[in-house]
Amino acid sequence: MASPTEVILKRTALNAVHRAAGAKLVEFGGWEMPLEYSGIVEEHLAVRRAAGLFDVSHMGEIEVSGPASERLLQYLTANDVARLQIGQAQYTALMYPQGSAVDDCVVHRLERDRFLVCVNAANTAKDFAWITQHNQQGAVVQDRSAEYSQLALQGPQAPRILARLTDADLRGLRTYWFLRARCCGVEGWLARTGYTGEDGFEFYFPPSESERVWDAMLEAGRPEGLVPAGLGARNTLRLEAAYPLYGHELDEETTLLEAGLGWICKFDKGDFMGREALLAEREQGLRKKLVGFEMLERGIARDGYTVWMEGQPVGKVTSGSPAPFLKKNIGLAYVPPRLAAVGAEMQIEIRGKLVAARQVALPFYKRPKPSAAAKG
Amino acid sequence: MSYPSEFLYTKDHEWVRLEGETATIGITDYAQKELGDIVFVELPKVGDHLTAAEPLGAIESVKAVSDVFAPISGTVEAINAQLQDKPEIVNSDPHGEGWLIRVRVADPKETERLMNAEAYEAYLHQTQAH
Repeated sequence: MASPTEVILKRTALNAVHRAAGAKLVEFGGWEMPLEYSGIVEEHLAVRRAAGLFDVSHMGEIEVSGPASERLLQYLTANDVARLQIGQAQYTALMYPQGSAVDDCVVHRLERDRFLVCVNAANTAKDFAWITQHNQQGAVVQDRSAEYSQLALQGPQAPRILARLTDADLRGLRTYWFLRARCCGVEGWLARTGYTGEDGFEFYFPPSESERVWDAMLEAGRPEGLVPAGLGARNTLRLEAAYPLYGHELDEETTLLEAGLGWICKFDKGDFMGREALLAEREQGLRKKLVGFEMLERGIARDGYTVWMEGQPVGKVTSGSPAPFLKKNIGLAYVPPRLAAVGAEMQIEIRGKLVAARQVALPFYKRPKPSAAAKG
Repeated sequence: MSYPSEFLYTKDHEWVRLEGETATIGITDYAQKELGDIVFVELPKVGDHLTAAEPLGAIESVKAVSDVFAPISGTVEAINAQLQDKPEIVNSDPHGEGWLIRVRVADPKETERLMNAEAYEAYLHQTQAH
């Protein structure tokens, strides 16, 4: 466990608060982050049934502005930025020419000519360099990551809890929309987004106010059972919802079509980086396809394990874990497209043994439609 | 939680309780805390021969899988069958009900390589300081 070289990890403004709360801290993407507080299972279930609060201040924020900003993002990302109204956000990917993702990200249109791109912590520097390098349009590109703390309040009780802390019209705030709001007395961007498969919000605000907002939210949510939640639960929650994680389902070698992200590839918007490669692959057929599976026998698939079908190794698991809410052992894997079929049986090689699994439809978990009365 | 003085310990965070030629083996409180929520325990079969420092099985938590290493060589005499359905006992009572296996010790001299409680606690202190 002792490492010979001391690596200096970045810390969010809430590092000491997490430490004091007894969180287990781990390295993630160059940051020291809370993995769990009370335990991954308990935190996971709290988010599905009530609410959880995540410090996701490690996420990067890159601002692209100026008259050329839309054109630059339109060229560098797969989704259609032109469709975004002010106050609207979209899930998309920053693209390589070969049709794979530099990163997956959420683009927020703050103003007509001003966008905030929320990116993965470990990729922030790479993304910023990539955007800057391809900025022939003369847009203003700034890494604003140090100017934002980001908290994610997630779960069915999130709207009720947040309503006590802000005057913002939460009922009118639809999924993937955001607004400038005062929350716990602090002004910031409040977005109805998340990475857990639940309803919820992400709040971007000045780091100096972090402790105040964190404490106020936890306090306000106590009656509903709000708990602090770490990256462990964040990962199991996103896996149940079958959201990709960069470095697992997405990397430089994997195209968006292979990753099942064809729905963010807007081919009719005009040229964009990677468009030709994606069209060619669509024409010629995919090299591999992302599938979901659940274990039929006892055993837990983990990232990197080999998938067997027809007596041969055919692919790799990209994410695998017990699913605390579904109470199954699930995973995502790449297999040859001809072998991708819901219901198809496969085997996962676990410590030298082949253990039976079956492909299932994605997502593994879809949140129940809220009743009219519960709508926030 | 304190570490029982009658146990011996490994650097991989297993414990051993010797009673004559029989050794009961488990993982330490430190190990279960590091693993987090334990969801599956894979153990050898009764009659299997274990070699010191070789994996005897694996413990799966939500987050990861970890090998458990044999602190000493020997033959498996019993496994803790209740862990099949209640692996979380390893979390709640790692030094007691959460024991993993009982082994007939092949060579009692091997225990000389293990740490006593005091040495193990010093080792933990050193590990955590890094």
